[in-house]
Amino acid sequence: MVSAARLSEPAFAAGAAIGVRRVSHRFDLGGAVLPVIEGLSVEIEPGSFVALLGPSGCGKSTLLRLVAGLEPPSAGQLLVDGLPIAGPSPERVVVFQDPTLFPWRTVWDNAALGLEAQGVRGEERRERVGTALARVGLAGFANAYPHQLSGGMAQRAALARAIVNQPRVLILDEPLGKLDSLTRIAMQAELVGMWQRAGFTTLMVTHDVEEALFMAQRVLVLSDRPARLVADLAVDLPYPRHRGDPRIAELRRQALGLLGLDATW
Amino acid sequence: MSSASHVQQIAAPLHVAPRFRPHALLAFAALLWFAAAGVSVWVPDADDYERTALFALLVGAVGAVLAAASLAEPALPKGLAARLRGVAPWLAVLPVLLVGWELVTAKFDLLPRPFFAAPQSLLEVFTDDWRRLGESVARSLFLLLGGYAIGAAVGFVAGVAVGWSRAVGYWVHPVLRLVGPLPATAWLPLAFFIFPTSHSASTFLVALATGFPVTVLTWSGVAGVNRAYYDVARTMGAGRAFLVLKVAIPAAMPSVFVGLFMGLGASFAVLVVAEMMGVKAGLGWYLQWAQGWAAYANMYAALLVMALMCTGLITLLFRARDRLLAWQKGLVQW
Repeated sequence: MVSAARLSEPAFAAGAAIGVRRVSHRFDLGGAVLPVIEGLSVEIEPGSFVALLGPSGCGKSTLLRLVAGLEPPSAGQLLVDGLPIAGPSPERVVVFQDPTLFPWRTVWDNAALGLEAQGVRGEERRERVGTALARVGLAGFANAYPHQLSGGMAQRAALARAIVNQPRVLILDEPLGKLDSLTRIAMQAELVGMWQRAGFTTLMVTHDVEEALFMAQRVLVLSDRPARLVADLAVDLPYPRHRGDPRIAELRRQALGLLGLDATW
Repeated sequence: MSSASHVQQIAAPLHVAPRFRPHALLAFAALLWFAAAGVSVWVPDADDYERTALFALLVGAVGAVLAAASLAEPALPKGLAARLRGVAPWLAVLPVLLVGWELVTAKFDLLPRPFFAAPQSLLEVFTDDWRRLGESVARSLFLLLGGYAIGAAVGFVAGVAVGWSRAVGYWVHPVLRLVGPLPATAWLPLAFFIFPTSHSASTFLVALATGFPVTVLTWSGVAGVNRAYYDVARTMGAGRAFLVLKVAIPAAMPSVFVGLFMGLGASFAVLVVAEMMGVKAGLGWYLQWAQGWAAYANMYAALLVMALMCTGLITLLFRARDRLLAWQKGLVQW
């Protein structure tokens, strides 16, 4: 990805600020009400990289869906640059744990999805899709179908499909969760690089404490369901970071302790 | 690409040694076809058969073509040669079956006669009655394709609507459940009464038979679309039309094709019944007519033509699917 840094940079809009104000959310499971998020308030600075850590099934992904505008919250307010979130928008694009590429479209056509939906045509579409694919290192696979890609390549294609929209907020729902550990380590650095160049606000859910500390500037630790904010850790380390950094080890001990796993360290 | 070269590497040593074998099998098949021609020429017929000589000539001609192919095999285009080698065992077995058929009917008269026809009798039907048979094929195709197109189009639109819209589903689903499982042929007496012409009645029946499986499978295809596809498209600014046309429908296409395939099968059945009952043309009518005259050779000939027509149409459908769904893995080869 070193060479990709020299590619012409698309004009990304600067990252947006996200406000989560006393947000609660519950699922209605055929009469039984399941509270998923309870009175959560967080302010996220424009252009920052924030990771959400929490026990499995605690409502992290639900929070991302709310920020994406895929669902309205049961109570409270979600704001982007001070304006309420009314629904999904290509300004806030999600990359899911599964690449969810459309199997009937080639890599190129998958990456072009957002532009097609927004009615961006012709030369501009070609240019933006080409740049996004080059950025994730898939320029040579434009005509491949998703079933021909490895897991890492598929997730890169999903990433290209997201950044082609020039989002102001990139929402990552365990984007590296299903990748093998080597691909994962490589893509962590790539994602950080992409965020640094493009300047979008990044909101990432992960199960991996080390991944959160390696990538994010801020790590929000959430409680078991219903999700509440347990801790707000600032990762005050410059990039590029080193996994062996004693400060990361210290923060990891702290985070695991907050998640109730201190006994294992 | 890498897997293809891998396969070649493995396959290469296998190819070198027995290269002569398939070629020999073709020559052997040619010999058998010549032998079959010889049998029909030199073993005397048990009765008057007008087309024995022509039959022998055609069988011999196949033998000649195969003989030429077996000699020219190394020079043939690769694809053609490979296909020829693939069907060589069938090409060798067919003349044996033909001779068997020829012997028990035309030569030794071992089977009860009006019911079992000799191969040259079928040939005679084709040479003498091709006009009527050809017209029947044309009428059947016209009726079938008209009804099928209407049924498939209506079924597709209905399936998408039911799968997509809760309101449409609410009203259409009970109707579909009640009427759908009813065999289309059960409507036959009513259809011939309601519709002004037997052609329009039959078109309706064929459309009905096609429409039900297409509707249900399109519906199930649309209903089964991975919700995450919609989420992805929505976060990227997709509107309703985009979600239906560019997400739901393409994702449902594999299921739609299953419906189209089942609908085609059902439409054949209805076509034949409708033509036997009311329509005064077509292959179903031809079968009925041939039976009335105890012209069993004509029936076999019509059955053969019908089988070729049906398999041809299904082949066409599968070809279309293979083109449209090239992105899918593990498609059944027809």
